[in-house]
Formats: sequence, C-alpha cells, structure tokens
Amino acid sequence: MSALSLSGVGKVFNPGSDQEVRAVHGIDLEVGRGEFVSVIGPSGCGKSTLLRLIGDLTPPSAGTVSVNGKTPARARLDRDYGMVFQSATLLDWRKVAANVELPLEIMGMGEAERSRQAAAMLDLVQLGRFAGHYPWQLSGGMQQRVAIARALAFKPSILLMDEPFGALDEMTRERMQAELLRIRAETGTTVVFVTHSIPEAVFLSTRVVIMSSRPGTITEVVDIDLPEPRSYETREDRRFFDLLTKVREGLRAVEAS
Amino acid sequence: MLYHRLPAIGIFVGGLIVWEGVVRAFDIKGFILPAPTAIAATFSAETADLLTAGAGTFSTALAGLLLGGALAVLMALAAARWRFVRDGALPFAIAANSTPIIVLAPIANSWFGLRSPFASIFVVAILVFFPVMINLVRGLLSVEASEVELMESYAAGRLTTLWKLQLPNATPYLFSALKVAAALSLIGAIVKEFFGGSQDRLGQYITTKAGLLQFEEAWAAIVLASIFGIVLYNVVVLIERRVIPWHVSVRNV
Repeated sequence: MSALSLSGVGKVFNPGSDQEVRAVHGIDLEVGRGEFVSVIGPSGCGKSTLLRLIGDLTPPSAGTVSVNGKTPARARLDRDYGMVFQSATLLDWRKVAANVELPLEIMGMGEAERSRQAAAMLDLVQLGRFAGHYPWQLSGGMQQRVAIARALAFKPSILLMDEPFGALDEMTRERMQAELLRIRAETGTTVVFVTHSIPEAVFLSTRVVIMSSRPGTITEVVDIDLPEPRSYETREDRRFFDLLTKVREGLRAVEAS
Repeated sequence: MLYHRLPAIGIFVGGLIVWEGVVRAFDIKGFILPAPTAIAATFSAETADLLTAGAGTFSTALAGLLLGGALAVLMALAAARWRFVRDGALPFAIAANSTPIIVLAPIANSWFGLRSPFASIFVVAILVFFPVMINLVRGLLSVEASEVELMESYAAGRLTTLWKLQLPNATPYLFSALKVAAALSLIGAIVKEFFGGSQDRLGQYITTKAGLLQFEEAWAAIVLASIFGIVLYNVVVLIERRVIPWHVSVRNV
C-alpha cells in the first residue's frame, strides 16, 4: 500500500463565478512509503493547493486522495500529517520547547513524556540549548528548525512541507537540506516537499514532480537516482548536474507551452 | 532605570513649582486655582474624610471593572466561538461603544436607588464592557490563517483552538483594553456620584465642597482620584508584564 495515492484529483476555486480558478486538474500520483517527492513548478501552478488537498486543509472538487489507505480527513484525525509552512508559524507566547510540545499537548500526552519527547526532537534539529528561548530570540533558520522539530514530534507518517526553506539564505538553506535528509534517514518519514528551487528538489528527492500552471497538471516525473546518503559531494556529482538540466528542461517546456 | 525617570520627575516637580509660583505671584484666588501647598495642607487636614470617600469610590469602580470585564470576556468568547453570536451582538456593541454611555448615570440612580452601590457598579460595568469585549473579540479573531491550519493539521477541536491559539493571541488586546477600562472605571464611578448617592463618595465630596466654595477640599479629592487612577493603571501594567512577557510591547521594556 502506498503512503499516498491521488487519482484524477482536481480543485476549482469559486466554481461558477467570474472568479473561477482551476487550481489543479487531473492529478494522478502514487507516493511510496519512505519516498521523498518534491513538487516543482512556476508560481501559481497549484503546488501549494496540491499539498493542501493531501493534508485535508481543502477538499478536492474532483477525484480521490487516499492516505495510508484512508481518506485525508481520517488521516488528519489520526494525526498522520506533520506540516511545515514557508513561515515557521511558531506561537509567540510559547517558548521553543513548549512550541514543540503543542501537538503532543493537543493529543493528550502526559507532561513528563511530552517534555522528554520535545527535548529529543530539539536535539534532533540541534537546538537543545534553545529550549527555554522565545521564538523571537531565534534566527529565521533556527525558527524553521523548531517548526520541523514540532512537525516530527508526534512521529507523523507523512511530512508535508510547503517551501519550508524559501525565506532562508543559500548557505543556511543547504545546511537545512542536509539536516532534513539526516532526520528523514533517522525517522523513515515519507515527505512531500513543495519548492521552486531546482537544486533543492534534485538534492533532496527520490522523485521530482514537475507541474504546469492554469490548470496545474503534472507534466513530467523525474526519477532522482543519486546515491544515498547525499552529502556536499553530491552537489558536485556529474549526475547531479545532469538531473538539474533534466528538471530545468522539463520546467522550460512547461513555461514555453 | 532611575536615569530614565529623571526627565519625568523634573517636569513633575518643575510643574508644581511653576504652579505655586504663578498662584503666589498673581495672587490667584483659591476658588479659581488653589496653590499646591494649600491643596497639600488640606489633604493632610482632611485625610480621614478623603480616604473614606476615596475607598468607597475606588471599591465600586473596582467592582464595576471586574464585573464588566468578566462579562465582556464571557461575551467575547461566545462571539468568537459562535458566528451567530458575533453577527448578532457585535454591530450593537460597536454602536454602543460609540455612544456616551455615561449619560446612563442619572438613570441608574432611579433604577437602583440613590444610595445603592449597585447603581455605581452598573454604570462602571456597562462603561467598561463594550471596549473590553470589542477588543477581545478582535484579538480572538486576528489569528493567522496558517496558525489555524496548523491547529487543524493536529486535528485540534474548536475549543482547543480557542484555548491554545486564539485566547493567548488575544491577551495583548485584552490588556490594551483593560488599561483604557481602568481609567474609564474611575470616570464612571465619579461621574455617577456627581448625580447623587452617598455623601461619603468622591463625586459627592467634590460637588458638595465646590458648592460650599471649599475649593482646596475639592482639589484634594481630585488629586486623590488621580492617584487612584494612576495606581489602578499601573496594577494592570504590572499584571500585563507578568502575563505576556513574550509580547513586543513588553519584552523591550
């Protein structure tokens, strides 16, 4: 059973009105357990909408989404999803550790276990020393790492990430990518990752899904057969450049059409 | 700390000296403006009467503030939770907040009786209710869409979202409103007392003394009312710093 299965999925916003937008259309996609799938495409191609459809934050207008063999709504109630947005979305009034504990608190985990789990997650993103800080005392990259720790705290089977590193500088971004891969190797989480950076998509993924816009459809799926574990050397690998070119050409074909 | 307070202290002391100097130099009569020293002398001579009146007024203001504030919080929570409550109540709350509610003061006397403390508490409570409620509703509703989606992704219920996201988000709004309400509560209590009630209240004390041309006494009462107002405001500020140390308005202080 695949982790994610989408067939004929479409989403129309404001149907029937003069502001009707066909955001995504006819999406078929299978994501296996433990896969890392990046979705890339021009701005406004419906990448985020696709992620929100998977995460049950908006209902599809057509087709079916199946998550671990369940409906997205059921999967959300079962807490199968960890979500990371472009902004860290940390709660200002909670210190770092308490932010990581938030989902555990909502799920009714006991206090002792909660704080043990939060501490372990903060160690995982190497922010153990900052447990007692407020979010505003942290840099943007650190805040995003807290958000990742929070998303992983309840061990979701699927991580949905919407341009999580979009606001970071290039060096921080590469460090975060390496860290994300390390965490994924440790947890075995399935990841769906929306980005508009070609190197980011190629470096992180097992597959890259290329989308066109209006309506957003999948035009090409590129298998990323780079050796694992990936490292800084991967970025200098000849194969890495070949795959960059392949994805870039796929995107250019989309823009030209 | 003290260094930053020096300018304010300087203006305060300087203002008193100028006031005293102007009154003496131009021989201004007491019924127009008594000198600070004259007010201070009256204050110490009349301390017992003033404190009795002040305590009565202050306690009704405080009772009204707590009652009105508590009702406003309950109403705001209901308005944030149920859309029909919000749609039904908010337009009227905003309308009421734009009217001079204090005009109810003389009418409250006929509703509750001249000597009833509830007349004062009622006026104060209704005066603080609307700004506190409106601000709190605004705070409860002004959460980022992404924060709401985060809670949804955790399958958090409406009450959990209200408790863990909306309410903490609204506390800075609540405290802004409470600071205004603290001042309003004393205004409400004293103005209500202008229209009658027990003699041993600041409002009655001021009108009576002014009627008898004893302006030093009236001014002493005004000073006391100001002190109460400042103390009440600062109590709210102290609580605010304890409750929301994370907020921008507090963390840089």
